[in-house]
Amino acid sequence: MLSFVFRRFISMIVTLWLIITVTFFLMHAVPGSPFEKEGKALNETVAQNLNAYYNLDKPLFVQYGLYLQKLVQFDLGPSTANSADTVNKMIARGFPVSFQLGLIAVLFAIISGVGLGVIAALRHNRLIDYAAMIIAVLGISIPSFVVAPLLIKYLAVEWKLLPTATWGSWQHVVMPALALAFGPIAIIARLTRTNMLEVLTQEYIETAKAKGLKPATIVIKHALRNAILPVVTLLGALIANVLTGSFVIEKIFAIPGMGKYFVAGIINRDYSVIMGTTVFYSALLIFLMFVVDVLYGIIDPRIKLHRKESEG
Amino acid sequence: MIVSDDLFIPMRKDNLNSEAIVRPQLTFWQGAWQRLKGNKLALMGLVIIIVLGVMATIGPMISGHEYSKQSIIMKNKAPSGTYWFGTDDFGRDVFTRVWYGARISLFVGFMAALIDFFIGVLYGGIAGYMGGRVDNIMMRFVDILYGLPYLLVVILLMVVMGPGLGTIIIALSATGWIGMARTVRGQVLQMKNSEYVLAAKTMGAKPFYIIRKHLLPNTIGIIIVYVTLSVPSAIFGEAFLSFLGLGVQAPMASWGVMANDGLSTILSGHWWRLFFPAFFISLTMLAFNVLGDGLRDAFDPKARR
Repeated sequence: MLSFVFRRFISMIVTLWLIITVTFFLMHAVPGSPFEKEGKALNETVAQNLNAYYNLDKPLFVQYGLYLQKLVQFDLGPSTANSADTVNKMIARGFPVSFQLGLIAVLFAIISGVGLGVIAALRHNRLIDYAAMIIAVLGISIPSFVVAPLLIKYLAVEWKLLPTATWGSWQHVVMPALALAFGPIAIIARLTRTNMLEVLTQEYIETAKAKGLKPATIVIKHALRNAILPVVTLLGALIANVLTGSFVIEKIFAIPGMGKYFVAGIINRDYSVIMGTTVFYSALLIFLMFVVDVLYGIIDPRIKLHRKESEG
Repeated sequence: MIVSDDLFIPMRKDNLNSEAIVRPQLTFWQGAWQRLKGNKLALMGLVIIIVLGVMATIGPMISGHEYSKQSIIMKNKAPSGTYWFGTDDFGRDVFTRVWYGARISLFVGFMAALIDFFIGVLYGGIAGYMGGRVDNIMMRFVDILYGLPYLLVVILLMVVMGPGLGTIIIALSATGWIGMARTVRGQVLQMKNSEYVLAAKTMGAKPFYIIRKHLLPNTIGIIIVYVTLSVPSAIFGEAFLSFLGLGVQAPMASWGVMANDGLSTILSGHWWRLFFPAFFISLTMLAFNVLGDGLRDAFDPKARR
């Protein structure tokens, strides 16, 4: 177990380093200077000072070394579009909001997705099963940026139940979290249903029934614990989905989260912000995948914590 | 016990035919098609895709309007006899633009799926067939890419390469082939060690023959399903990029660009500007998804549930 965690940790660091390197050289492969805007040439001295401030006057590998050196100290550098702001400050401002929204969306997706899947499996081929599967197909087909305007149109504009946009109270969280969770709910519900159907036909469930256990105990303690494993495997991808999906949702609902800074960074061609966000989110995601892998061993003690060869 | 002669009458000739195969033999494709035909939902998906394809081809021509022609007096008109889906804030015909956008969105979807197919099958096939160290190194690289939030990578590539139709396809395929490679590799690895491949090897079949005659036909079902499902994900990716302002540039339009432009209409009430592109994105995704599910059942009847 410990050696697995250690090996997994090392590969995590290597992956992260690769991402940082590729991101760095990709961003520096962009032609032109980040300070030239729409053909407006800068004053010679101003340009020189700016280049010196952002270390752009040094050779590429020196810049790379300096960037890494700062990264180790968790410093993502200043914004190229606005020298008074740093990427760290933007993350400090935006990320808590995105994190809150993402966490609520992920929790909501897991709870309702698993719930829907279990109910559908228990009522296999009945009305509620079909209804759940229709929801699942719609959830996979309808993009979040279509769900979001629909929610605003009905819940906020027509029926005036919730505030249309921005951030603040709990009412503000409901619609973006719902829009963000809609797709993941569908994916989780489908997966849970398939696995539940498989697990429910197994002999140990029969045994549990024969022993006279309560149906609720059988479902929760015996069936679900096995059926939920593939959902845990999916968690990493799911979180990535929610994190990036949140860029668009934050834009639609005018939420001051990471997405706002990232989209502004794209529009202003603010390279250090784009780079910093990519590195930060990748690091976060790789770390979460690591946690999920370790969790997996705790939920299912049978799993040998080596590389799973059979898993394509 | 009396053994009489009548116990030794030869068996009647016609019983010898009992081994004959009377029902028509189905090839792999015929069997799959027959199972797919039985699946109404999947057939509906296929029909929708064909209709969308036809409309994308002829749609922009039958309305009598130009997709990029602006007209200030005609702006934000509701759907009517002349403007079937209404007009947008520049007075452009939404019907023409929806089908023009369909061309772009479907083109991006199919091209990205095609590139994913070539790279993914080649990469996964080689890794799976070679096995051992080659497989280990190739798959370690894929694992690293797989762990990344793919849309972030796509956005990064788009920023570096600049917006445009070609770069969207390149950026989407740069990450899209990974899933395909993993699937193909898993399948090839599993089949490579099966008895019938061993039998073929024992009889002296060459590697290329084994790949062509044994490995490929047994993987093709999964590959087709995967390609079908990667079309909607590429269309979604393109729409997502358009939402962030990295999509195709005006006056070109894709469904994502149009939906993004139409967002402001939630409050103004010009619902048609958002509704039609959003509806067709969802319909396309739905059609490809149900077709993909149907194909999966058709190619792999054992896995059906």
